[in-house]
Amino acid sequence: MSQYFDLTRRRFLKSTAAVGALVVGTCFTGAAPRVMAGVLAQPDDSAKTANLFVALRPDGIVEITCHRSEMGQQIRTAIAQIVADEMEAAWDKVVVIQGKGDPRYGDQNTDGSRSIRYNMQRLREMGASVRYLMRQAAATRWGVSIDSCSAEQHTVSHSSGKSFTYAQLVNDALAITPPETDKIPLKNRSEWRYINTAMAHIDLKDLVTGKATFAADVLEPKALIAMVVRPPVVGGTVKNVDAKAAKAIDGVVDILEIPAPTGAPLFQPKGGVAIVAKNTWAAIKARRVLSVTWDDGKNGDYNSEEFKANLLATVAEPQASVRELGDAVNILAKANDKLVADYYAPHLTQAPMEPPCATAMYYKDRVDVWAATQNPQADMSTVAAIVGMKKEQINVHVTMLGGGFGRKSKPDFSAEAAYISMKTGQPIRVQWTREDDIQHSFYHAVSAQHIEASFDKNGAIEAYLHRTAFSPMASTFQENATKAMSVELRLGFTDNPINTPNMKLENGEAPGKARIGWMRSVSNIFHAFAIQSFIAEAAHKAGRDQKDYLLETIGPDRIIDVTKQHATYDNYGGDKALYPLDISRLRQVIEKVAKMSKWGRKLPKGRGLGIAAHRSFLTYVATVVEVEVSDTGDLKIIKSWASIDAGTVVNTDTVINQVQGGSIYGITAAISEGITFDKGRVQQSNFHDYRVPRMNDAPLEIDVEIIQSDAPPAGVGEPATPVYAPALCNAIFAACGKRIRQLPIGNQLTA
Amino acid sequence: MITFTVNGQVREFSGDPTTPVLWYLRDELQLTGPKFGCGMAQCGACTIHLDGVAQRSCILPIAAIAGLKITTIEGLSDDGDHPVQKAWLEHKVPQCGFCQCGQMMQAASLLASNPTPSDDEIVQNMSGNICRCGTYPRIHKAIKSASKAMAGVEYYVPEEGETV
Repeated sequence: MSQYFDLTRRRFLKSTAAVGALVVGTCFTGAAPRVMAGVLAQPDDSAKTANLFVALRPDGIVEITCHRSEMGQQIRTAIAQIVADEMEAAWDKVVVIQGKGDPRYGDQNTDGSRSIRYNMQRLREMGASVRYLMRQAAATRWGVSIDSCSAEQHTVSHSSGKSFTYAQLVNDALAITPPETDKIPLKNRSEWRYINTAMAHIDLKDLVTGKATFAADVLEPKALIAMVVRPPVVGGTVKNVDAKAAKAIDGVVDILEIPAPTGAPLFQPKGGVAIVAKNTWAAIKARRVLSVTWDDGKNGDYNSEEFKANLLATVAEPQASVRELGDAVNILAKANDKLVADYYAPHLTQAPMEPPCATAMYYKDRVDVWAATQNPQADMSTVAAIVGMKKEQINVHVTMLGGGFGRKSKPDFSAEAAYISMKTGQPIRVQWTREDDIQHSFYHAVSAQHIEASFDKNGAIEAYLHRTAFSPMASTFQENATKAMSVELRLGFTDNPINTPNMKLENGEAPGKARIGWMRSVSNIFHAFAIQSFIAEAAHKAGRDQKDYLLETIGPDRIIDVTKQHATYDNYGGDKALYPLDISRLRQVIEKVAKMSKWGRKLPKGRGLGIAAHRSFLTYVATVVEVEVSDTGDLKIIKSWASIDAGTVVNTDTVINQVQGGSIYGITAAISEGITFDKGRVQQSNFHDYRVPRMNDAPLEIDVEIIQSDAPPAGVGEPATPVYAPALCNAIFAACGKRIRQLPIGNQLTA
Repeated sequence: MITFTVNGQVREFSGDPTTPVLWYLRDELQLTGPKFGCGMAQCGACTIHLDGVAQRSCILPIAAIAGLKITTIEGLSDDGDHPVQKAWLEHKVPQCGFCQCGQMMQAASLLASNPTPSDDEIVQNMSGNICRCGTYPRIHKAIKSASKAMAGVEYYVPEEGETV
């Protein structure tokens, strides 16, 4: 937890003087960002408290600041639920303010499924502090003890029956010096009225009426539209520009070059040529006739087929050890009856429905940015670097995000807007097209994996060797890096739950020839695919039921500490006492989902059930998929089931929605042809050749059950994704006997 | 000069007739409900109604709408009370919500021409609209709900043995 937000007495603000609102949290100056999405009520213009976590206004309205980005996970609602619950606020008096980028909030990087994990405790404390102050203010007014005063739904009542509304107590509360946070009681779980319920999210009405403000919907400032033609190869530069025809298009204002980045890609723009126009259509037309030739640089040789062969060759040889127990290598060298399998998965791209977009206005001493960003503090530093200012001079307003999935953690688009605004002196909105998005992303890594195992006389895994190789995210941050960071390996590789006396995990190096980023659940996707497919293959080899064999393979209830097996493992940054790798919880979700799906039932010909289970982002998920494969190889997903144990959850409907959506997102890995490169160039360009799941690819029913748990909150947005492709492929095997080891499925079922 | 109506208001346009309706609505009229998702009629985020029928506005040149009626999500109802919007609220369909205006316009058009679509008809009709958040199961359920609400009567489904 950021020290800045440790709620101590000196950090209570008694008053913002001119306003008279009771403010809890912290304060810093600056213009109040107006609410971007529309909320329950418009805040009073005089209440310049928007940078604060909680402000109780004299009119009784509670302003709660959401410092995390909203991209469909309903974090704006969840943060309000937590604060309002502890505060005993009436829900119809709650307004959510979207926080700007500011390091004083602590971490704002909305990825890694950690918004609730990082913030629940301090948000509870802030809400509870307001409730305490309300009770104390009433007690003082009545001259009674605080213990005889109770707060409920914006009202404090005395045991005698008298009461005050919160609004009536604001001024009194300003004079109270509150106790230390640890002296303020939090509610018991049984007293929660908003937390752990399915309440509707606060932006729902705006979303169904078209009123929510996404990045391209920002109307003030009235911006010129910019489109950027970027080098098709990472590290490429502009050789020659012929802008004559483009400049002749009516409405085109300017055409200018964006400098090529130096060093590691980081989140810098790729460079290229920007077209600035009075409207979007003029920019699109100009772009079609703008002629640019390029120097491709060292990545102009990137070819996906060659790269795949190299990755598979890498995992065929011994590599650097990541985790070791017993003597797997020697046992496997001598074993007669092994199961050996290689798995491959291509690059993917996040493809959020809203392509990247940002508006920027450059001033002498500051830049204002409005962006669909998951990580506004990264916008601050990336924009500052390109315009030559300090990051404190960059004001980043966060709009609603039309999906993020990791793409919008990388604010190259905001830096483009700021640079073009600096050069033109005009407010600029950079609008990425879908082609830009598909061809200039930060891609999910391409990967190859080799697994082999030998078995004891009962068919249990006696020795297990798993090698992984993929283009590492490290290469985005460090030029020419070929070694994966340990945080990439801990995503489902280092922490496999297999119960065997002999295990060896190895990682081979690979270069990053494209910008490598992260996509919803990151390398958990390919690691869970390989491990969960392999376990099902081993079950088949042993003639055992998939689910029973999976339970036996992960073994009995216990806590695993992989650092005791010569591994580096940061447990997603979670304290391992609070968030241990707990096999009992993994077993529980498997048993639950088996029950939900009536595992073991007899199915008609051509149907099959597949199961997979995985812990990621400190959350446990198991999924069963039912498929039908026709005689001609047509695949249909009939239904799927998921059980999730994410510890304490805030909004149960959001969890269900995220698990349903995360499941369907996982279908992408199985069916999409992925992103391929030739001569360093992405070969896909739009949704016609980069396939994403549509309604006819998805099951119409995804049943989800949440394990009710008192454990500390863990991740929700990502953990449903990694299990889906392996459960699906295991179901395909059960249905038709074809084993998918290479993704996408493509024509493997018809071949 | 091209004349047409947008959400009931008569409009005239004298610019480039090849301008896609999407960019006219967004850039000129500041109607931001229709979204830009792909620019080639692959995703449906820009869906509007042209004389009541769903169309992809990102590839529809403004020259093609002379004398016709455009409806956007902003004009679908006065206050989000179209049965489709009510069903979307009831089922809490949206996650990020970016595609949902297009999804609802597509669904409203489907129900206007086929008030009681079968499960398969819904799938066929909605598969041109992409949702990366993966809300398809809820979209499907919401369309069934809206269908019932619009029919205004309960009807008997023999194989389910109950009124639905």
